[in-house]
Amino acid sequence: MAPAFSDAIIRVRDITVQFGSTRVLNGLDLDVKRGEILGFVGPSGAGKSVLTRTIIGLVPKVAGRIEVFGVDLDAADPAARRAVERRWGILFQQGALFSSLTVRQNIQFPVREYLKVSQRLLDEIMVAKLGMVGLRPEVADRFPSELSGGMIKRVALARALALDPELVFLDEPTSGLDPIGAGDFDELVRTLQRTLGLTVFMVTHDLDSLYTACDRIAVLGNGKIIAAGSMADMQASQHPWLRQYFHGKRARAVMG
Amino acid sequence: MADAEKLAGSRQIFIDVSQISKLDTFGAWLIERLRRSLTHGEVEAKIAGLSTNYASLVDEVRRVRTAPAVETTAVTIGGMLEQVGRSVAGIGDTFVGLIDMLGAVLAASGRVLLHPRDFRLTSTVHHLEQVCWRAVPIIVLITFLIGCIISQQGIFHFRKFGADIFVVDMLGVLVLREIGVLLVAIMVAGRSGSAYTAELGSMKMREEIDALRTMGFDPIEVLILPRMLALIIALPILAFLGAMAALYGGGLVAWLYGGVDPEAFLLRLRDAISIDHFTVGLIKAPVMAAVIGIVACVEGLAVQGSAESLGQHTTASVVKGIFFVIVMDGVFAIFFASIGM
Repeated sequence: MAPAFSDAIIRVRDITVQFGSTRVLNGLDLDVKRGEILGFVGPSGAGKSVLTRTIIGLVPKVAGRIEVFGVDLDAADPAARRAVERRWGILFQQGALFSSLTVRQNIQFPVREYLKVSQRLLDEIMVAKLGMVGLRPEVADRFPSELSGGMIKRVALARALALDPELVFLDEPTSGLDPIGAGDFDELVRTLQRTLGLTVFMVTHDLDSLYTACDRIAVLGNGKIIAAGSMADMQASQHPWLRQYFHGKRARAVMG
Repeated sequence: MADAEKLAGSRQIFIDVSQISKLDTFGAWLIERLRRSLTHGEVEAKIAGLSTNYASLVDEVRRVRTAPAVETTAVTIGGMLEQVGRSVAGIGDTFVGLIDMLGAVLAASGRVLLHPRDFRLTSTVHHLEQVCWRAVPIIVLITFLIGCIISQQGIFHFRKFGADIFVVDMLGVLVLREIGVLLVAIMVAGRSGSAYTAELGSMKMREEIDALRTMGFDPIEVLILPRMLALIIALPILAFLGAMAALYGGGLVAWLYGGVDPEAFLLRLRDAISIDHFTVGLIKAPVMAAVIGIVACVEGLAVQGSAESLGQHTTASVVKGIFFVIVMDGVFAIFFASIGM
């Protein structure tokens, strides 16, 4: 594993994103360090998903520079870009599993594209990935429409992990899960980070996740990062929104 | 009433609700609305005799600030003209979108030609089954019936001039040159164009296309190219089968209804049509398939988050698909006429 917390795996500089005349992100800077789990919070509609989607290249930006694994994504040629894409995995908020493919095919889809391996190895790896996210091999031949919400998230995570990425984006991974399921999911992310040496960029609203899973927290507000640091830094902050967020009734209950 | 008179001098109005045994939000709002309408300047209306059970509900309703009425824009002639103008301006965007997609598909085809291993054969075969094999029964049935109808109408009218046999000329030219391919293209636009749009649209809604893109796949290469190719292969096959079915139907009616026996029919057909008619029909087929496919894919990728949007774009896909097929047919007619085919 690379020396932990040594260098930035994602380097975002001066990003501006605009939809029509509304400026969603305004000169935002953010670093994600190698090997950490970064929890990304902010009020609803502040642009957390927009930033994630900008980093992974789904939302065009007006200005700024994004480096992932030290590669400037705008300047990179298609081959370099594909090389970066092969090294990250993304868990979308609704899972975004391919509805026409089974769980097996969903997980094998990215592998088949990048690696030339036998069907037997593919199947065995698929079962291993399902096990990693806590699913039994029996679900392999079900279609996404036959899975529960929690299972969809787990399968989507398994697909995100299919190529053993170094970096994983999780967009609200625990939303819509019951508290036990959400707790398991946090534990899972933590375990995977330890065993696979993952860097995790996690957009979340779940205070439990922030407490139990995240190494560092970044807060988005007014199109900028208003604070970044450990949980202790967040609690010590005097920013009104942060005070409300980390000292509210729910926060006290979690800390209690 | 006695209370009310007693209080008349004190510039206060009481709304007596002591008789209310049950209250919901609607009722509470009606009381609040009455209270507000009675409150003017110094005169303040109050609610009296409210059961404690409903105190919090009434308090809640009291906090409601009435939103200013939504301004509904009246339908004016100016507004309608503006709408027409916007629609006309939108036509340009449609063309830009189609040309953009055509370019993207051609670029993707080029890449696949350079790296044949990236070609998605399984997917193409799957779509070929959907748009070609499964369409055969309905296409053959409908073109067969159309052939019967053309033949029957032809005989009915030509008989007046004693020119029964010319129905074969009409049937041959019409079916091979125009009706066969046009009818099949329209049916394919309705059947497969709509399916493509709905499939791509629901994938777009469920972020599947975004997921593909972030995994380093090109959606054009993975989703659109196999669909386009399947359609371009399918339409000439279907048009050929359709033309044969229509000729068969027409011949059958000519024999049973018009008394033109099959031998005479075939002999006449051989004289009446040349291979050109058949070629003209089949040259048009792949072009029409490409137009249908591109329209369907553009519409599918334009779907936004709502179910309504999916419906609108599926409708637009079929309507535009059929429109462009007919326009293309017209362009081809002029083209073939000028080269003398």
